[in-house]
Amino acid sequence: MWVRAVWLGLRASAGGRRGFSSKADPQGSRRVTAELIEHLERLALVDFGSQEAVARLEKAIAFADRLRAVDTDGVEPMESVLEDRCLYLRSDNVVEGNCAEELLQNSHRVVEEYFVAPPGNISWPKLDEKEPFSHR
Amino acid sequence: MLGRTLREVSAALKQGQVTPTELCQRCLSLIKKTKFLNAYITVSEEVALKQAAESEKRYKKGHSLGDLDGIPVAVKDNFSTAGIETTCASNMLKGYVPPYNATVVQKLLDQGALLMGKTNLDEFAMGSGSTDGIFGPVKNPWSYSKQYREKRKQKSHGENEDSNWLITGGSSGGSAAAVSAFTCFAALGSDTGGSTRNPAAHCGVVGLKPSYGLVSRHGLIPLVNSMDVPGILTRCVDDAAIVLGILAGHDPKDSTTIQDPVKPFALPTLTDVSKLCIGIPKEYLTPELSSEVQSLWSKAANLFESEGAKVIEVSLPHTSYSIVCYHVLCTSEVASNMARFDGLEYGHRCDIDVSTEAMYAATRREGFNDVVRGRILSGNFFLLKENYENYFVKAQKVRRLIARDFVNVFNSGVDVLLTPTTLSEAIPHTEFIREDNRTRSAQDDLFTQAVNMAGLPAVSVPMALSSQGLPVGLQFIGRAFCDQQLLTVAKWFEKRVQFPVIQLQELMDDCSSIFENEKLASVSLK
Repeated sequence: MWVRAVWLGLRASAGGRRGFSSKADPQGSRRVTAELIEHLERLALVDFGSQEAVARLEKAIAFADRLRAVDTDGVEPMESVLEDRCLYLRSDNVVEGNCAEELLQNSHRVVEEYFVAPPGNISWPKLDEKEPFSHR
Repeated sequence: MLGRTLREVSAALKQGQVTPTELCQRCLSLIKKTKFLNAYITVSEEVALKQAAESEKRYKKGHSLGDLDGIPVAVKDNFSTAGIETTCASNMLKGYVPPYNATVVQKLLDQGALLMGKTNLDEFAMGSGSTDGIFGPVKNPWSYSKQYREKRKQKSHGENEDSNWLITGGSSGGSAAAVSAFTCFAALGSDTGGSTRNPAAHCGVVGLKPSYGLVSRHGLIPLVNSMDVPGILTRCVDDAAIVLGILAGHDPKDSTTIQDPVKPFALPTLTDVSKLCIGIPKEYLTPELSSEVQSLWSKAANLFESEGAKVIEVSLPHTSYSIVCYHVLCTSEVASNMARFDGLEYGHRCDIDVSTEAMYAATRREGFNDVVRGRILSGNFFLLKENYENYFVKAQKVRRLIARDFVNVFNSGVDVLLTPTTLSEAIPHTEFIREDNRTRSAQDDLFTQAVNMAGLPAVSVPMALSSQGLPVGLQFIGRAFCDQQLLTVAKWFEKRVQFPVIQLQELMDDCSSIFENEKLASVSLK
């Protein structure tokens, strides 16, 4: 519950738009801006939830920056260790399926044979328009 | 009987010295007694007893399915099991009952194995302690062993014995604890960065990570598709080889399994190691490595040398970058893999109905813990258009360099690499939680995750007890698809070091009747 208080507190003090912000990192440039946070939250559809999480992202980025020290000139990216082999493909024949009922059982909201979703044409609200979520 | 090897128990079952139902009931009773370890999330008692009854029928007719028929096994809770709840220790999948079995689970069941239950893990297999799941942390059975307790009594008196219990390591801690505490003979884990080998080393059991592409990942809820491998945990190397023989092979449902034919193999008993070349990677000698593990590592190298093997120092120059590279690739793939959890078709769904995106966001916030969310967000950062080249593609290039390091070493004549598995023996939970999940993973995965990036087979074999009475394991790394050779060397080593059996005296006092029966006529192994 304290996280919600922090969230609200930050919103109030930052005047709404800048929910979370990062302190300037040692290199002087502001890496994790409020815009970035909003952008990532929107792409991932997962929220940071706290200042701690933002700090963790900063640490993760700083950690990843160590890769710059490696000389990778002329090195091709490696996607899979099995790159020298041919990917196996099955023949395009239907051999299983017909299990709609089983699959529908796992969903919370189902109507006849449809998975029911809320309306999809409503865009994700901007930071200052959002209702503060209740945290566990 | 519970302390025997797979082959011994299998022979006992064939000879009628014990029935599958008896075996099943003993394991179930032991599971109940060791409930405080929190190794199991779901105990599938009814299913197991039913399977035991069927196995018994087969034995009566003399038609056993093989070495695993009637043998209790456990499966990590990120493998789909039809009709049995599969949660990945997360709120997102709590209550989720898969409609199908993972291929590896199906293979075990087809061989007649008895499924005891689903074991505990870190949420979505993210972590190195098995402490971050919604069902709570797993306790290391060695915390309650006579060996550990005796050493502790020498140091402190009157301390609450349970408050300082040790972690199992992770993320397959539940599986490792289940095998270590004799509640099953083999357990499935998953290995993405060391998740099978790490807890194996901390719990004093054998943890095998097969070559990538050897064992099907179909049904294993994916973390990092290019590195995940189902892992095998057993109490001895021979058992791991038996299980591998059953699980390995092409699966049409997993196109990343190789098509080369694979047959179950019996491990040869190596007697002459003079033609063997063992490599010791010098970059693995880090300052963080505990002096005890370091000295055991030295001792192991000397053991091979004294028996005639060639032991040489080798170099894996990009070792210091492997953790960073893993961090970027792992979080990126996680960001992609976790996108499937939106509450629509399965899993948790929140009550918000305003819009699809609002529903997805709230569902994912409620369903995932901080660790998972942190990784998703980091991964999304690295995959942003402006970062893709500098982070993700860069990491892929570094991955090639790391994989190449191993290829170069093996091409220079080295058969097997010998390294530590962990930095030290298992630590108390109170100490472990002082650092966050990401830091711990970065520290603990040091020796294990480069192997995942190169897709090589590796096995952690318990070597000796530390001065605190806790297990220390060492890791052998083999060439790609040379799992048999790797296990042969591991078996030789295991025989030489004679790692002691865990003494869970207090538990065993209740089960003393089981052990009295050990004095029966010796089992003849055909």
